[in-house]
This record gives sequence, C-alpha cells and structure tokens, in this order.
Amino acid sequence: MSRNLSEKQKSRIRLGLVVLSVVLIGLGIMQGEPATVFNKAANICLECIGIG
Amino acid sequence: MKKKSGVFRHWVQAAWFALTNGYVSGYLQGKIFTGKSKTICVPGLNCYSCPGALYACPIGSLQAVLDSGSFKLSCYVFGMLTAFGTFLGRFICGWLCPFGFVQDMLNKIPLKKKAKNMPGDRYLRYLKYVVLVLFVLILPYFAKGDLAGTPWFCKWICPSGTLLGGIPLVIGNEGVRSATGILFRWKLWVLIAIVWLSVKYSRPFCKYLCPLGALYGIFNPISFYRLKVDETACVKCGGCQKVCPMDVKTWETPNSAECIRCGKCMDACPKGAITTSARELWGKKSGLEEAQ
Ligand code: SF4
Ligand code: SF4
Ligand code: SF4
Repeated sequence: MSRNLSEKQKSRIRLGLVVLSVVLIGLGIMQGEPATVFNKAANICLECIGIG
Repeated sequence: MKKKSGVFRHWVQAAWFALTNGYVSGYLQGKIFTGKSKTICVPGLNCYSCPGALYACPIGSLQAVLDSGSFKLSCYVFGMLTAFGTFLGRFICGWLCPFGFVQDMLNKIPLKKKAKNMPGDRYLRYLKYVVLVLFVLILPYFAKGDLAGTPWFCKWICPSGTLLGGIPLVIGNEGVRSATGILFRWKLWVLIAIVWLSVKYSRPFCKYLCPLGALYGIFNPISFYRLKVDETACVKCGGCQKVCPMDVKTWETPNSAECIRCGKCMDACPKGAITTSARELWGKKSGLEEAQ
C-alpha cells in the first residue's frame, strides 16, 4: 500500500504524525498521565522482575 | 570496511545502553533510580526496574497507564511512541535497544548449526502483533477483578525485564531474593529459551515476539529515516537479503516492517545501490555547499 503513495503524500503523513504526537503528549500531560508513568517507573515493578 | 560499520553500530548500541542505564549505585546497592527523568520513555525495550535505568520503558508505561483504570487511552505514551516511530521507525531496533544488542551479541557465539530463521518463520512473524494487541493492549485494559492492574506482557513474557531487572535485583537485593517463586522461575525459563534461540537464530525475539518492534515496523514505510534502492543500479543479485539478519528482500521491500536498519545490506551490495534518506539528505546538503 505504502509503495503506491507518492513522496508528497508520505511527507504529508509524516508531518501529520509529528503534529499528532505533540497533541497526544500534550493531552496526556493535561490528563496527568506522566505521574502514573513515574509512579510505576520509580518503584520496583514486581511483575517485570517476576515476583508480582 | 564491511566489518567496520557493523562494529560502529555495536559501539553505538553499547554507548546508548551506558547512557540510559548509567545509575551505577543501583547495581551496587540492589535498588532502582527514582529521579524525575523516569517520567520520560526511552525508545527501546528497556526495563525500568533495571537498577541502572534512568528512564521509563515504553511498553511497561503503556500497560501501566492502561491497567491503572484511570484513563480511557494512554495519550502520553502513544504520543511518545508515535514520535519515535515517525522519526526513526525500526532504526531504534538496530541501534538503540538494549535487548536487540543482547541478541546481536548472543548470535556471535559460534555454533555448529546456525540458521537465520526458525522453522515456521512465515507464520511466527505474525505472533508479535498478537502479543501487542492481546498482552499489551487488550488484557491490561479490559481485565477485571483479581486480574485488573496487571501488565500482562511484563508479567508473563518480557525477557528484558528478567535480564535487566529481575536477575540484577535478585543478586543485589536480599528482600527481592527471598520473594522469588514460581513466576520468577517461569520468567527465567522464558529468558533461557530466548537466549538459546538467539545463539542459534538471528534476533528471534525481535522477529516473533516483541510488541515494540511490531509497532515501530508499522512506521517503517513512512518514517523520516528510510532505506532507498537505486533501481537503475540494482542487479537483483540478492546479496542484500543474504546478509540481512531479518531476511528482508531489500531490493524489493527496502521499507519492510521487518527491517531493523542495521545497514548490513548497504555494506554488502556490490553495486552500492542502497542508501538511506539521511545519507541522501546529507549528500544533497554537502553538494549544495560545494556548489556555493
Ligand atoms: S518487563 Fe519488559 S515491558 Fe515491562 S517494563 Fe520491563 S522491559 Fe518494559
Ligand atoms: S524488536 Fe523489540 S527487543 Fe527487538 S530491538 Fe526492537 S524494540 Fe528491541
Ligand atoms: S534490509 Fe538491510 S538494514 Fe534492513 S535489516 Fe536487512 S540488512 Fe539490515
């Protein structure tokens, strides 16, 4: 499918995805998701290490 | 020349690991880093319970947000994954993932009978998409009751968690050691199987099981970093596929979802027909400067 896309279309998709990622990160920050990520990452994850 | 660029890639992989897992006192004291940088994800599969880890694992974080029950969708982690994928695609797998590096090193161990792919390769390649959808998205999001709040992939499959997190913590932390049980033994066996398979086959975990590789592969055809084949120069000799650890027919599908951008095909091509979007851009830029 992607082989049929022209270079112009591909760069439009890329640009759209960059914008989308910025919007998503912004929305996530507004929802307070980074705190959930931090809480998980800054405590030993029992499931990850195989004892939870 | 051929060998040198491969060695360069391994140095980059090692340097990236040191840079993102450089909390030395974590290894010495059997504890993990708790600084604010752990709010940000690294692009590769890198357990945040590794004593040296300075950042968060994207797959672990995605499950943590989904299984918390507090959010409808993980915008923050999906946003980071979209950015990583759009810029680099699976370049991350070839250059910036600790567990990819581990598999590359294991595959250098000599063995009498080595092969590139496992039997059933054609079908097994789809397994990673099942792992992504089922273990990373559906089960963490929808499981209820006793099973709620579980990062299914981390708990039952992830060998990176066992290798980078579990083993160092079991060695260095008395409390963790005394808590090990059946689950730890199960994860240890999964890791041993993947280690053994990595000696025999190239990148088996990346080919068949990794949900992060599955996701980044979707971006490969459109990411900023891509491979380009000069069709007028290519003689379709198949030299590129022969050296490719992922067994990609580079001359036909240079931006296949399986390509980890290791660059081996570029070194092997007798006609110099393969290049990357980055090299092309660099060439154009230096060409312009010379013309000025
Ligand atoms: S167990 Fe695996 S997926 Fe989970 S946080 Fe650790 S490295 Fe990431
Ligand atoms: S497929 Fe997964 S484990 Fe393999 S290099 Fe990519 S992110 Fe890392
Ligand atoms: S196609 Fe080339 S860059 Fe991609 S994985 Fe194969 S050898 Fe590496």
